[in-house]
Amino acid sequence: MTSTDQQAFLSVRDLKVHFSTEDGVVKAVDGLSFDLEKGKTLGIVGESGSGKSVTNLTILGLHDRHRTAVDGEILLDGKELTTARESELEKLRGNKMAMIFQDALASLSPYHTIGKQIGETYRKHTGASRAEARKRAIEMLRRVGIPQPDMRVDDYPHQFSGGMRQRAMIAMALVCDPELLIADEPTTALDVTVQAQIMDLLKDLQQEFGTAIIFITHDLGVIADIADDVLVMYGGRCVERGTKEEVLRTPQHPYTVGLLSSMPSLDGPVDVPLSPIPGSPPSLLNPPSGCRFHPRCSFAEKVPGGRCSTERPLLKVEDGRGSACHLTLDQRQEFFADLAATRH
Amino acid sequence: MSNTKPLLDVTGLTKHFPVKGGFPIRRTVGAVQAVDGLDFQVNEGEALGLVGESGCGKSTTGRLITRLLEPTGGKISYRGQDITHAGRKALAPIRSEIQMIFQDPYASLNPRQTVGKIIAGPMEINDINPAGGREKRVRELLEIVGLNPEHYNRFPHEFSGGQRQRIGVARALALEPKLIVADEPVSALDVSIQAQVVNLLQKVQQELGIAFVFIAHDLAVVRHFSQRVAVMYLGKIVEIADRDDLYDNPRHPYTRALLSAVPEATVDETPARERIRLQGDVPSPLNPPSGCRFRTRCWKATEKCATEAPPLVQVEGNKPGHLTACHYPETEGTIPAPRLSKDPQAAS
Repeated sequence: MTSTDQQAFLSVRDLKVHFSTEDGVVKAVDGLSFDLEKGKTLGIVGESGSGKSVTNLTILGLHDRHRTAVDGEILLDGKELTTARESELEKLRGNKMAMIFQDALASLSPYHTIGKQIGETYRKHTGASRAEARKRAIEMLRRVGIPQPDMRVDDYPHQFSGGMRQRAMIAMALVCDPELLIADEPTTALDVTVQAQIMDLLKDLQQEFGTAIIFITHDLGVIADIADDVLVMYGGRCVERGTKEEVLRTPQHPYTVGLLSSMPSLDGPVDVPLSPIPGSPPSLLNPPSGCRFHPRCSFAEKVPGGRCSTERPLLKVEDGRGSACHLTLDQRQEFFADLAATRH
Repeated sequence: MSNTKPLLDVTGLTKHFPVKGGFPIRRTVGAVQAVDGLDFQVNEGEALGLVGESGCGKSTTGRLITRLLEPTGGKISYRGQDITHAGRKALAPIRSEIQMIFQDPYASLNPRQTVGKIIAGPMEINDINPAGGREKRVRELLEIVGLNPEHYNRFPHEFSGGQRQRIGVARALALEPKLIVADEPVSALDVSIQAQVVNLLQKVQQELGIAFVFIAHDLAVVRHFSQRVAVMYLGKIVEIADRDDLYDNPRHPYTRALLSAVPEATVDETPARERIRLQGDVPSPLNPPSGCRFRTRCWKATEKCATEAPPLVQVEGNKPGHLTACHYPETEGTIPAPRLSKDPQAAS
């Protein structure tokens, strides 16, 4: 994935994000590292409490400074973000890096027109006039596929449908041609046909502008469609990473295998019960010791000495491919082959 | 298909919600045609999947079947009895037989009641005292849904989303229903938990012989769970068939587009399913397109589609029970059989 002599466009090194709460310290992200190149898409897969959203809010510097302890490095095009001043981050947000949120209705101001909200970002970073900003907003709406953009630019968010609002959010995020786009579950709340349109749109825009995209989702199908590389997160840690082909065809972590096995597909066998992952996502206040996945892992007992509950498995990465598991690769090949077969 | 009478028989089911407006005197200025002339049946012990996107009317249909809403047209028959406009008294004995599971596990449980009280609620309301007492029954139900019976006195907030959904299932089972309407029962759950709840519902269906109307937008989940599937668009059923017939041989362009839009977690060199990308958004149910409602997004719509609404019938080439509402149904078999990356010989 990355060569050692050239720095990636976005580089996250051993990121730790801890929140102090009344009940104790929540270790939302606990040692995360990854790289992202321009023009590529990194898919981050994770469920509730995996730390995926916190990671991205921290990259943008949107975390609460008073209650959050951030450790590690985030380098965007060489600039270190964790120690940057708020004024510096403001210049970058909406400009060099932008975010699309899951719930467009909640993220757009109901009191201002779509055009005003898109234009506001543009004016702030370029100093453009109101007229210029309006023109730019119309152009952006057109680019994201909103019909009759010169009329819709004066609509309020509630007058747009869910899919259109999401497109408006994308327009807002792209108005200053950011080099990094973070999309946090942007299509989860949308219908499947609209989701397909939005994903096509993001792919087209990436091809046109070479934007680096981080796409967060819990849907492995979406990952298969849009991602180049994949990072699987569980309990605040990366448990597996690699190219999309590697992770989806030959998963190396029991959690990834569990996710793939538990999803019904359009083609698989029907009259066989699904194979869910037992248990629930872990508490980040009192996470399981050792490997955070071990209470739900059907292979933990295969590791001698009960290491899964005492020793945190390290993420061993080679050529961008790696996983954090105590099982040997041979063991995994043996166990996972059966599971992979039942999927097909 | 059995020759016995269906458990639930719905004909011409319609629900229009009036829209009021005007100044200074408010009057009805239009109607949201949420559900517009549905025909379908559910047999005993059978699961009917109802799929469609936002605004297609599937949730409204669920509420009409359970009579949480009253239809503005058409007929609902339950076990031969007409319940379309039945009043509370007439519905009372039937209410225990038709139960509902809701989508939001956080909103559908009263946070101020213990789990035991929530599950016993239906029994209290209907004045039902099972042999052995209500508490015993509640503990039984907690076990059936895979929860610890000792948690009888806990409150909803002490449970996770998936567990709360199980509580919702337990509550729906309390009165030993014959039919459960599950309205998006797993959409709000994490992926790894969805499978747990789907398995639970299947177990319930098979072991207790309960019929289901399974409302969802996730086509893969619906395929896994249902014996028959109906596809809805803007208040109408556009296609209905036995599960395998629908997924293997979808004839309606919308069904095809819907299936093609589902992202699959596989990486293959050549895609197994053809890609169709629909343009635009779903029209408003306040003012649905004339004739065929799908025509504004359909790539093969003609003038006929604008003037004549296509009937839901068995078109040529379909197996019995497979009905399609389209003037120009897709040619059968043009979708390549999904390729299994391990065994290219085996078609589904």
